[in-house]
Amino acid sequence: MDQELRELYQQVILDHNKSPRNFRLIDHPTNHAEGYNPLCGDNINVFINVNGDGIIEDISFQGSGCAISKASASLMTSMLKGKTVAEAEKIFNKFHELVTDKLGENPDIDELGKLAVFGGVREFPARVKCASLAWHTMINALHNKNEKVVTE
Amino acid sequence: MDSKADSALIVDKKIYNVQKIRNDFPILKLQVHGKPLVYLDNAATTQKPQYVIDKTNNYYEKMNANIHRGVHALSQEATEAFESSRIIIKNFINALGKNEIIFTRGTTESINLVASSYGRTNVKEGDEIIISTMEHHSNIVPWQMLCTEKNAKLRVIPVNDEGELIFEEFEKLINEKTKFVSVVYASNSLGTVNPIKKIIDLAHSYNIPVMLDAAQAVNHIKIDVQKLDCDFLAFSGHKLYGPTGIGILYGKVNYLEAMPPYQGGGDMISKVTFEETTYNELPHKFEAGTPDIAGAIGLGAAIEYVEKIGLDNIAYHEKILLEYATKAVTDLQGLRIIGTAKEKIGVLSFHFENVHPHDVGTFLDFEGVAIRTGHHCTQPLMRRFNVSATSRASFGMYNTIEEVDVLVNGLKKILEVFG
Repeated sequence: MDQELRELYQQVILDHNKSPRNFRLIDHPTNHAEGYNPLCGDNINVFINVNGDGIIEDISFQGSGCAISKASASLMTSMLKGKTVAEAEKIFNKFHELVTDKLGENPDIDELGKLAVFGGVREFPARVKCASLAWHTMINALHNKNEKVVTE
Repeated sequence: MDSKADSALIVDKKIYNVQKIRNDFPILKLQVHGKPLVYLDNAATTQKPQYVIDKTNNYYEKMNANIHRGVHALSQEATEAFESSRIIIKNFINALGKNEIIFTRGTTESINLVASSYGRTNVKEGDEIIISTMEHHSNIVPWQMLCTEKNAKLRVIPVNDEGELIFEEFEKLINEKTKFVSVVYASNSLGTVNPIKKIIDLAHSYNIPVMLDAAQAVNHIKIDVQKLDCDFLAFSGHKLYGPTGIGILYGKVNYLEAMPPYQGGGDMISKVTFEETTYNELPHKFEAGTPDIAGAIGLGAAIEYVEKIGLDNIAYHEKILLEYATKAVTDLQGLRIIGTAKEKIGVLSFHFENVHPHDVGTFLDFEGVAIRTGHHCTQPLMRRFNVSATSRASFGMYNTIEEVDVLVNGLKKILEVFG
């Protein structure tokens, strides 16, 4: 496999694509939003339960998408469970900066944790939206905006 | 035509020398990600032969001037080249007269012109317009806009699991309220060639005019508008090995004469005062503003080139490629072909059970293979087949069996990674 392609489709991404975590419905979530990518017609629903202390107790997703978008949603849900809403927003910003190439050549891997595998997306402008759809949808859900997220 | 286009002369009645044709297309020598370009996105746009590039450049280098009404040499030369193209196009589709050939920006604008001009004049509240499930958005949205404006109803001919129109359903849909039928000749997503002659004949028995979206048909099937007896027909230059930004609306002269202008401006007028304007005669009535002169000349050149190779020969060549490719992908694990009609142009749309089309597209790109992945501007059709997107390989006159092998090997590699 080509090096650049290998950077994009890292093993972690392939694993999460094959067996996505938290790929389920949450009945009566406190927060929910739907995201849509008109480029490919892909759809995602993000469900969140936030408790009285502002902590994300549970988060899940459902929908159809490519390996990048599915893995992104899967990793996102794994990472945000147990975080506060403020922390989730902070991680969202970091992730967004990573995939839109705002962190430069050497992003702080420690801070990003597993999300660093999405660094390869920077080289594929057509695929940035695949990686960020779940995240934009999650933010909308947290802000309780019910309108659809459209990544255009 | 120039001797340059002779370089790909047909050796056999049916099969031509594809290598000779490839030499006429400079872009086919490109490498992508270090691999030879395998261009299989011809249903989106075709590549341009040197002959078309030269003719287009020649206009800018040797005769660039605005057309019509100019008295200087360049303007007259440019006008002549522009209008000669119209005659080439008229002969290509066997229109009755050159007044029936309107230059537009492409198929989309041609359809919008008819929906706006003919539609707004003739469609009233409670009327019905019939299209099909396999239409491109460009043959859905203009009619939907018209229906919303007029409070008319859009009726849709369904397709079967093979991706063929269900003609019996069309027979049921058509009635005295139907005011217009607009259907695609060949589907960009499925490759299906529709029974348009039957559709036209049935519509005409109700005195209903029929428009054909021929964007995907014109480079595979010889079109004779008089034999078909269609009332309107639209196609684009860039899917016919010509330039982007130029397209054609064919309309029967009696309809075009009766229709109001689509856009106002220069060239489409005969006399203008602040009180009133009289409109120019056909075809200029529908050609407001300076057109894409180089594009029109390029389209004429593209048709000369295509006719030299022969549409029948091209269709035969693409049929061999399609049959070979269809057979080659059939055994791939989890692959489902979307669109298995008996009559098809060179379009192979498919969907893997476990690999998303966008991942397929990115992987193939690294093999040098260009295909299209997505909904192909036919979202209602995607829903009909319960997919959000497909991968689509589409063949042109210059593709080879070896290129199909590169595609299939690429797909096998993808299955290894995602399997």
